[in-house]
Amino acid sequence: MTKSDLVEAIAATSPDRTKKDVEGAVNTIFRAMCDALVRGERIEIRGLGSFRVKERVERVGRNPKTGEMVRIPTRRVPHFIVGKALRARVENVEPEVG
Amino acid sequence: MTKADIIEQVYENLGGLSKKESAEIVEKVFETIKTTLERGEKIKISGFGNFVVREKKERTGRNPQTGEEIRILPRKVLTFKPSQVLKNAING
Repeated sequence: MTKSDLVEAIAATSPDRTKKDVEGAVNTIFRAMCDALVRGERIEIRGLGSFRVKERVERVGRNPKTGEMVRIPTRRVPHFIVGKALRARVENVEPEVG
Repeated sequence: MTKADIIEQVYENLGGLSKKESAEIVEKVFETIKTTLERGEKIKISGFGNFVVREKKERTGRNPQTGEEIRILPRKVLTFKPSQVLKNAING
């Protein structure tokens, strides 16, 4: 399901909302989440999960084609942790005890 | 950032929607994402990333504390692959 499919699906079940409003809402949601991560902020969506930015330290890697050593600089990567409720729904397993 | 902050931004950006209506639409977006993932279908949000449900096969694991062998049942895991756009924006 793509972003536009998501808009269609929600618009189809929301008779009092225009498709333009649904589209605006979906775009605002992901824009807001993007902006928060760019600021280095953590996002917590109850029932879905949380997003945070992790630091990857600088390391020396190798170009697998040429064998040449390359410096991979420090960088930040977004990371998602699935929430307990969604995890149980997706994985179809009994939630772990403890 | 929590869902309340997102609702606030939707309310401010859209105009014409009440707070309650903004909250309803945000809830609906997340609920649709969750039910889609529950069906095992992936969600692709361009400029943000993809949520993919991956099937894991059964394998034998080991309890690292006791050394005991345990069967790890086949299961599904949800993974998030951030888009290149998001990764670049974060490092920008």
